[in-house]
Amino acid sequence: MKTLTFVRQFGEVLLAIAIAPLFAGWIAQCRAWLQNRSAPPLVQPYRMLRKLFQKDVALAADASRLFRATPYVLFGTMVLAAAIIPSIATDLPFAQAADAIALIGLFATARVFLSLAAMDIGTAFGSMGARRDMMIGFLAEPALLMVLFNAFLFSGSTALPGVVEASATHGSFIDPSLIFAAIAFLMVLLAENARIPIDNPATHLELTMIHEAMVLEYSARHLALVEWSSDLKLLNYACIGFALFLPWGIATHGADGTAALALAAVALLAKLVVAGGIFALIESLSAKLRIFRAPEYLATAFLLAVLGLLVHLLLGA
Amino acid sequence: MHRSQLIAESLNLLAASLLLISFAMLSRRRTQRLITLFAWQGAVLFLSTILVAYSAGLTELYASAALTLLLKVIVLPWILHRLVRKLGAQWDSEPLVNIPTTMLVGLALVIFAFGLAQPISQMATTITRNTIGIALAVIFLAFLMMITRRKAITQVIGFLAMENGLFFAATSATYGMPMVIELGIALDLLVGFFILGIFFFQIREQFDSLDLSHLESLREE
Repeated sequence: MKTLTFVRQFGEVLLAIAIAPLFAGWIAQCRAWLQNRSAPPLVQPYRMLRKLFQKDVALAADASRLFRATPYVLFGTMVLAAAIIPSIATDLPFAQAADAIALIGLFATARVFLSLAAMDIGTAFGSMGARRDMMIGFLAEPALLMVLFNAFLFSGSTALPGVVEASATHGSFIDPSLIFAAIAFLMVLLAENARIPIDNPATHLELTMIHEAMVLEYSARHLALVEWSSDLKLLNYACIGFALFLPWGIATHGADGTAALALAAVALLAKLVVAGGIFALIESLSAKLRIFRAPEYLATAFLLAVLGLLVHLLLGA
Repeated sequence: MHRSQLIAESLNLLAASLLLISFAMLSRRRTQRLITLFAWQGAVLFLSTILVAYSAGLTELYASAALTLLLKVIVLPWILHRLVRKLGAQWDSEPLVNIPTTMLVGLALVIFAFGLAQPISQMATTITRNTIGIALAVIFLAFLMMITRRKAITQVIGFLAMENGLFFAATSATYGMPMVIELGIALDLLVGFFILGIFFFQIREQFDSLDLSHLESLREE
């Protein structure tokens, strides 16, 4: 039984690593369709990764060991996060080991390393991107915490598996506080993953970059790992969202045979397909905000999450 | 039993969206967006009044819901849009005080309102008693909007939004006011609104803008 859960854990992490570039490719494809462009093939991110892994690394002359270690740290934290998030089953050894607040700490670790590496080379764009990213991060984190507190209040547990199991047992879909929290979470997700209202992942203009500016100096396998881990980060955030707000299909403790797991995997893929379409729609409909508007945007997310908490306390009592 | 629970949950949802619209109004810069939001607020108010009327079986409330629909969703926004167009203020946007700060002040007001409503809602017996706090919060937020804005039109919209909050408070605390009072308030609102509309033109003629900060300084001529 013990080994079985570890096998399951391993399979879940492998699945997350494997489909993360696919998810990014799917979003790119939906965006292209919505914007009347001919879409790149779905496997384009994999081809990019393969190309990058085959190239030779070009390092800046004064790159320190931190700069070289960061891609591996990023990838490692994102894989660990994927292990903690119950995307398919709740009875996982890693998911039981850490709660959602530790998960946010993990994301923060990745952010700190990436910012340090961006400043390590000493180019102007790198440190500018790092500063902007830290600003976005420190505004987004409280909002994310408030969103999580909403879910914690509902389930009485700070661990994601607990949240999933609690909402699987009682399902109230039109609860206003959860709706507020879900909107806030979507806003935080877009900001944290450098997507359109805050940052444009497809930009070629250095002055407007945030995430891209930080990874300008990376090449070859380092760049491949950085790209892969940012795909994984997006997938992780999406899976956190599913666990908090749409936990249908996730195999819960006790009811997780092979059939249930297969069903959970299919449900996860279906949710990702829909979520990718929604992300692409949002990105196509909205324009990038000026960087000075970002605090307003994230303050709105924070406000929505706190309103959700207050409404829950007022109406749920 | 199940149906009444569904109605209660929908009412909670409507109340929450009313609160959300109030915050959205607080953060909008464009006057026209504000008018649209005001119309939405009226529409949500209409729906919640209908629901309360249905669940409590009160025919009088249907009448006041119809009044809400007519006045606050159709007539007033239409007049406001026309006024804005006539004043040539479509694209007016006002430099606000820092929006995140305003939002945080609004949040503090919501907490205050919820605390204030706690003892009141314990005494009430209506199905909507939980939402009294939200109604109070909507009133406070409209107050805050009137305080932070400087343009005449936006202040009037704040005033109208406050009336929405009062109406919602009345329906959630006691299933609405007597019909005579309801009609009186509606008429008052309409007349007051017309007078304010005339004021707009006077203010603009005098100062060439609708910015009320001009009214604060005395001038001898």
